[in-house]
Amino acid sequence: MAARLVVSRWAAAPVAARAGPLVTCRRWSGAAADTVYDVVVSGGGLVGAAMACALGYDIHFRDKKILLIEAGPKKVLEKLSETYSNRVSSISPGSATLLSSFGAWDHICNMRYRAFRRMQVWDACSEALIMFDKDNLDDMGYIVENDVIMHALTKQLEAVSDRVTVLYRSKAVSYTWPCPFLMADSSPWVQITLGDGSTLQTKLLIGADGHNSGVRQAAGIPNVSWNYDQSAVVATLHLSEATENNVAWQRFLPSGPIALLPLSDTLSSLVWSTSHEHAAELVRMDEEQFVDAVNSAFWSDANHTDFVDSAGSLLQHALALLRPTKVSARQLPPSVARVDAKSRVLFPLGWGHAAEYVRPRVALIGDAAHRVHPLAGQGVNMGFGDISSLAHHLSSAAFNGRDLGSMSHLTGYETERQRHNTALLAATDLLKRLYSTRATPLVLLRTWGLQATNAVSPLKGQIMAFASK
Amino acid sequence: MSGGHKLSCSGIRFLGVLGSVCREAPAHRLRLTGAVNQPDWTLQIKPWIFNKYRTIWSRSYGVTFSCLNRIKRPPWMRLYSTSQTTIDSSEVKTFQALAHKWWDEQGVYAPLHSMNDLRVPFIRDNLLKAVDDHQPGKPLSGMKILDVGCGGGLLAEPLGRLGASVIGIDPVDENIKTAHHHKSFDPVLDKRLEYRACSLEEIAEETIETFDAVIASEVVEHVIDLETFIQCCCQVLKPGGSLFITTINKTQLSYALGIVFSEQIAGIVPKGTHTWEKFVSPEKLESILESNGLSLQTVAGMLYNPFSGYWHWSENTSLNYAAHAVKSMVQEHPGPAEFVIKEDTEELQANTSPSLGMPEELKK
Repeated sequence: MAARLVVSRWAAAPVAARAGPLVTCRRWSGAAADTVYDVVVSGGGLVGAAMACALGYDIHFRDKKILLIEAGPKKVLEKLSETYSNRVSSISPGSATLLSSFGAWDHICNMRYRAFRRMQVWDACSEALIMFDKDNLDDMGYIVENDVIMHALTKQLEAVSDRVTVLYRSKAVSYTWPCPFLMADSSPWVQITLGDGSTLQTKLLIGADGHNSGVRQAAGIPNVSWNYDQSAVVATLHLSEATENNVAWQRFLPSGPIALLPLSDTLSSLVWSTSHEHAAELVRMDEEQFVDAVNSAFWSDANHTDFVDSAGSLLQHALALLRPTKVSARQLPPSVARVDAKSRVLFPLGWGHAAEYVRPRVALIGDAAHRVHPLAGQGVNMGFGDISSLAHHLSSAAFNGRDLGSMSHLTGYETERQRHNTALLAATDLLKRLYSTRATPLVLLRTWGLQATNAVSPLKGQIMAFASK
Repeated sequence: MSGGHKLSCSGIRFLGVLGSVCREAPAHRLRLTGAVNQPDWTLQIKPWIFNKYRTIWSRSYGVTFSCLNRIKRPPWMRLYSTSQTTIDSSEVKTFQALAHKWWDEQGVYAPLHSMNDLRVPFIRDNLLKAVDDHQPGKPLSGMKILDVGCGGGLLAEPLGRLGASVIGIDPVDENIKTAHHHKSFDPVLDKRLEYRACSLEEIAEETIETFDAVIASEVVEHVIDLETFIQCCCQVLKPGGSLFITTINKTQLSYALGIVFSEQIAGIVPKGTHTWEKFVSPEKLESILESNGLSLQTVAGMLYNPFSGYWHWSENTSLNYAAHAVKSMVQEHPGPAEFVIKEDTEELQANTSPSLGMPEELKK
C-alpha cells in the first residue's frame, strides 16, 4: 500500500523567529581536543566573575565544567593600598546577599567597605528634597571599591578551580552558533574561537562583556542605545573634618547630578555627571579650583528662582498641615578640603537595552544587556540581580537534568529580569531628562513631585525596596 | 480484529510487549494516510501539527500492525525488517527526515519535552528516597535504569545528566539512530547512555535483576499484553527496584476528550488511532502490578494545558497519570501475601508458594 503523505517542509516558526542569521554550522568532527564546557562566561568583570562564582558554588553544578574568559590580566592584590580607588560601586542589600552566598562578602568585610544609612537627594533649582532611610536606620547600602570586589571574587574563584577554569588574557574573537535543527553533522554546541586560535565548545554561552558586548553583536541581538551628552568625573575627596559619614548625598544640577558617597570617616568618593566640556575642564583644573567647584556645586543656591521657591514652600505648608509630624529640613553635605592627586578620571555615559536577553544557548547579563546612568547607583546592582535570577534558573534546570542551553528556562530568566530592568531603565532615563533642564514649568513639576514623594512614606518605601533587590 | 483474536503464547511474548495494537484491521489502519496513534497528550489540538505526527507514528506503530498478520514470523527477525513489504520506501525517507523532529523542542514533540518537567523530578525524587545520601551534582550516579520505548531519548538524556546509567530500548530503528546520534555530541552522556533497537523480551533474558529502575512512559497503553509486559519489567528489576509508568486512564473523560473530541469531532486524530479499550486504569494497573510482585506506591494525575504547553500535577487521574511501583525484596515467586490490603483471595488460595507460610508477612 502506498501511503499518501502530506509532507510540508516547515520551519518551526517560534524557533526561526529567534534563530537570527543562520551562520554556517560547524561540522562535528568529534575532535577530542575540543572540550565541551557546560557553561562559558565571556567577560571577567564584576558581573562575569560573580556569575562564574555563583555557578561554581552551586550545589547542582558540582559535576559541571565552567569556564570564564577574561581579556585582561589576572589582578593580584597582595596588600590593600592605603589610597582608595576612585571607582566605587554602591552595593544594594540584595547584591550583598548574592555576594555572601558564595563567600565573597566575607572577604570584602575583611578588606574595607562603608555602609550608608541615609540618602539625601535634592534639586539645585529649588528647595525640594527627598530623604531615604530605613526604619531602624539599618544599612541602606554599601559603598565598596571595585578593586576590592574584584579581589574578593578572584579569591573565591581560586577556591573552586576544580570546577571553574579561568582563562586570563584571552579574548573570544568569533562565535559559531548551532543550527536550529539537528542536522547530520553539525555540532549542537556554541563554538568559540579565541585570539590564540584555539577553539572550545559550550552548551551555554553567557555574555558578560560590557556595553559593547561582542557576544550580543555576534548573536545579532538588536540593541537600543544612545549616548548621553554627559561624562562622569570620579575622584576621591578628603573631607574638611572627620564625621560619621554614613549619608549618601546627591544634588541634581541642571548640567547633571553630583553625588558624594562615603568611603570612610574622612574620605568620600565623588561622581559628577556633567557635560563633556565641563567634565574635561574639571579634570584639567588645579586642585584648589576643583575643590571650590565641588563645594559650590553642593552649596550654591544660584539656580533658585523666587517663583519656584514660593510655589515649593506653598506645597510644603500644605503637606505640613496634612502630616505635621514629618519635617525634612535640608541638610548640607560635609565640605571638601582636598582631592587625591591623580584620582580625577572621566568616562562617557550612555543608555542601552538589548531587545532580547536570551537566544538558544546564549544569555546576556550585566552591561551587555543594559546600560544605565549612574544617577541611581543601579548599574552593577541590576547586573547582580541578573546573576541571581539566571543562577537560580540554571540551578533548577541542572537538578532536573535539562540541557542548560534550552530556551525553556532561559526565557524564564529573560521575562523575570526584563520586567524589573525595563522599569528601572525607563525611570532612570526619565529622571535624567527631567532634571537636565532649567525651564520653569518642568522645575515646578519636579519640585512638587519630589516634595509629594518625600511626604508619602509608603511610596518611598516601595522605591527603596525596588532599588534594593 | 474480532475479540477472538488470540495469539499464540510465543507470538504474544515477542510481539505483545511492543508497539501498538489496534482492534481494527491493520490493513484498514494502514490505508489511512499515515495512520497514526494520537500521541498520548490527548489535548493536543493543533491540527496543523498533527500532519507531522502522522508519518512519525505510522513508522513506530504501523510496523507492528503488520506483525500481527505474520505471527509465524521467526522471533529473531526484527520488527523493522517486516515493514519492508508494507511500508513505502518514500515513507521511510520521509520519516527519516522527520525523525529529527524528536529533538525540536518547539516542534511536534513539544508536549513530550515539557512532560519532562514532571517525569524527571518524579523519577528522581522517588529514586532518591531509597538511598541514604547522594552525590550533589550527580544525584542518580550509580543507578542503572532501563527506559522502555525510549523514542528519541527524550527522557533518557535528563536521567543521564543526573548521573544514572541508562539503557534505552525502542522497537523502531530510526528512533534509536536519532537517540544515538543526539547523545554522541555530549561526551558525558555518550558514556552514560546506551541505546538498542530491540524488544523488552530480548533484553530481559540478558539482564535479569540488573536494573534499579525501569521506566515505561507513554508505552503501556500500546502494549498488547500488559500482563507479560509487567512480568518482563519485574524480571529485569532488582529486588526493591522501582517501576515508573506514565499512561492514560480509561474513563469517560478520556473517551470524551481523547477519542470523541480528538478523533471524531476535531479530527485531530484519525478515527481508530486510539483504542479506548487499551487505556489502562490505575486500578487495573495496580492489580496487574500486585500479581507480579510489585507494590504500587504512588499514583498522581497529570494534566496538559495545550495553550501554555505545560503539564501540571493534579489530584485528578482521569486523563493522564504517573505511577510508581516497587518490586518486593522477596526473591521467590512474588506472592500476594506481601501485599495484604488486596482482596484477591482466590489468588491467595491458588498460590502454593512457600513464602505464603509466613503469617507475619501477611500483616504487612
